[in-house]
Amino acid sequence: MLGKTAGGLYWMFRGLERAENTARLIEAGFRIALTRSSDPTSDWQSVIVTSAQQGAYLAQYDTYTSQNVCDFLLREPSNPSSVLSVVKAARDNARLVRTALTTEVWCAVNETWMVLTELLKKPIAEEDVPQTLEAIRQQSALVRGALHGTMLRNDIYNFCRLGTFIERADSTARIIDVKYHALLPSPSFVGSRLDNVQWEMVLRSVSGHRSFRHAVEGEYNAANIVQFLMLDARFPRSLAFCAAAIVENLDLLAQDYGGESRSLAAAQAMLGRCAGRDVSSIFEEGLHEYTTQILRDLTMLGAMIEQQYRFIQ
Amino acid sequence: MDKPKTFFNEMIGNGTPRAPYAKYGSWFSAQNGDRLAQKSQEAEGFFRRAGITFNVYGQADAEERLIPFDLVPRILSNSEWTKLAKGVEQRVRAINAFLHDIYNRQEILRAGVVPTRLIAQNDAFLPQMMDFVPPGGVYTHIVGTDIVRTGADEFFVLEDNARTPSGVSYMLENRETMLQMFPELFSQIKVQRVSDYPKNLRASLEASAPPNCEGRPFVVVLTPGIHNSAYYEHSFLADQMGVELVEGHDLRIVDGKIAVRTTRGYRTVDVIYRRVDDDFLDPLTFNPTSMLGVPGIMDVYRAGNITIANAPGTGVADDKAIYSYMPQIVEFYTGEKAILKNVETHRCSEPEALKYVLDNLADLVVKEVHGSGGYGMLVGPAASRQEIEDFRAKLKARPANYIAQPTLSLSTVPIFTDAGLAPRHVDLRPFALMSPGSVDIAPGGLTRVALTEGSLVVNSSQGGGTKDTWVLED
Repeated sequence: MLGKTAGGLYWMFRGLERAENTARLIEAGFRIALTRSSDPTSDWQSVIVTSAQQGAYLAQYDTYTSQNVCDFLLREPSNPSSVLSVVKAARDNARLVRTALTTEVWCAVNETWMVLTELLKKPIAEEDVPQTLEAIRQQSALVRGALHGTMLRNDIYNFCRLGTFIERADSTARIIDVKYHALLPSPSFVGSRLDNVQWEMVLRSVSGHRSFRHAVEGEYNAANIVQFLMLDARFPRSLAFCAAAIVENLDLLAQDYGGESRSLAAAQAMLGRCAGRDVSSIFEEGLHEYTTQILRDLTMLGAMIEQQYRFIQ
Repeated sequence: MDKPKTFFNEMIGNGTPRAPYAKYGSWFSAQNGDRLAQKSQEAEGFFRRAGITFNVYGQADAEERLIPFDLVPRILSNSEWTKLAKGVEQRVRAINAFLHDIYNRQEILRAGVVPTRLIAQNDAFLPQMMDFVPPGGVYTHIVGTDIVRTGADEFFVLEDNARTPSGVSYMLENRETMLQMFPELFSQIKVQRVSDYPKNLRASLEASAPPNCEGRPFVVVLTPGIHNSAYYEHSFLADQMGVELVEGHDLRIVDGKIAVRTTRGYRTVDVIYRRVDDDFLDPLTFNPTSMLGVPGIMDVYRAGNITIANAPGTGVADDKAIYSYMPQIVEFYTGEKAILKNVETHRCSEPEALKYVLDNLADLVVKEVHGSGGYGMLVGPAASRQEIEDFRAKLKARPANYIAQPTLSLSTVPIFTDAGLAPRHVDLRPFALMSPGSVDIAPGGLTRVALTEGSLVVNSSQGGGTKDTWVLED
């Protein structure tokens, strides 16, 4: 396959994953602002900070309101990470790699772009936010379903999956990093209302609040939440799960292509840092230092894949 | 329009369906109009979801549009088609022979059949192609001949598109759409298959690979990119053929051959089906600012290490001044009379013809010699006085840039409207594939239809639509 095609697939699925993650993040912010908060402004600020777009946001707005944040993250054309922008870019990438996709996947992406462009044409009224976010998640699920159900399991599929999991790992790591203060086990804060709100925000941002309750026997505390989000290989948005999926896809590529794979070695090293270890060792290392390192590893890994598989000249 | 004309209606003659439409006509009369209207809507939804769109040039935001699809098929009998196909094949062979001659011995110029200045002063003539024969002697791997009809047995060639004719994806998608919408029609009426086209295209391109190619030839489609108006078609054809779709920056020269950057490294390419114009093909030879081509590809080409389809320089055979000589060109190379007629053409480069054209602008269609897509032309009978005067000035300034033709009484085929069937003018573009051994023409082609009542302009860029084109089995 063409190097350009591999790159197009990778970025297409990074984009689609990003759109979905943004929708989750807003959903969490919206929920908390509505139900738990005495200070919605700081909740919405936290959403912008988590999405790593504070600078760009403040260049455009003075205050953190649900309307401004939703506009900026969902439909601002000048924001390259807004859902509208990433879906447009994903669809452009899909057109670019059209010959690598099944008709089902292409139609799903094209429909996603059509539906969301229409939906995000005008500012979203507060009462329409939930169904807008729902539509974003549904469209993502549609593309994912078409991918799973119709694509050959070959290198094309592997590049799609790499895009998805690198973006997802990056998103989860960033969410933890932004909230790392709240997630540090500190006896004086345990059980305080503030911590509980922050933890719920974190879990909701990765749609993990329900799974956490089902999967985790232990109590609702910072250490257990960090353990779940980072190390629990059952949870599809955890770092351990994403790292394992990245390794799996790079391994399949390496078998298919033969020879040595630098990116596989790097991914295996990353997997070693977030699987099969004890959460206390992460706190010893320093949660912030740890997530910073993971984010750096992901950036390097992305660049390595890009180079190894000749995405660009 | 002062003089009402009667037009040949391909579906209805004397109040009853003509023979090829007999079965369709009785099916149609049993249909419920609301159901058809709903089907028509569904078809539009299908085209949108599938992204079967084209980009319109000259618009600020690269808006994508649908080419309107009409659900009434255009139907040709087997005997009508057989004659047409023979005529197209004859013409395609003659054009290929003409190109071979023009770029080698130039016997037709020496014989005085075609004036030398038409070649020497032709921008589409490429000196870089002189004394070189492309692999297999094929210049025009793909030709889309535009044909119009004025009566039961009256077919005229309007244009020979020998550069990079487009529209074949619509021929294929229109059929797919009809099969989905009206499966019952196809069990009642036996229609010749067009779905082999992508397979035949690939086989034809492979058969034209350079002789030194080892193993199965590696074919790619070269596109200018996703913003090109025909990008959908480029990706569709690559997908249907099962070959890679590349842009110029994916290609480079490695060891004297063209190679494409794959995830496994550079791989040799044997055949390029290019949908990039000559001018942009090689910045070292042609337009130096082109980012769409491959620097140095012409050297590789002349060394016999790559097949470019269609060959560079084929435009010299399909401009409208050369067109006027086609009957003589066909006879010169095939020794036969042309099966398909030419439209009477006035070459404005000739003083007498120019005078006639200037005196009769209101009745003529005037076209740029190198124009296409319905841009830059004057349709006299439909133009305002002001438009005619503006055009007169342009024509006087550069007469050799124009040819003029009488307005033809183009045949009509009904389209489906809210008010029922309504006749609209159509043309037909069959697609011919040429390989070293043979010419293969998909039964049917692209029928374009002017959706506005009375309009004669069928180009999609000017508001035309398309129809599925049926050639009956018998």
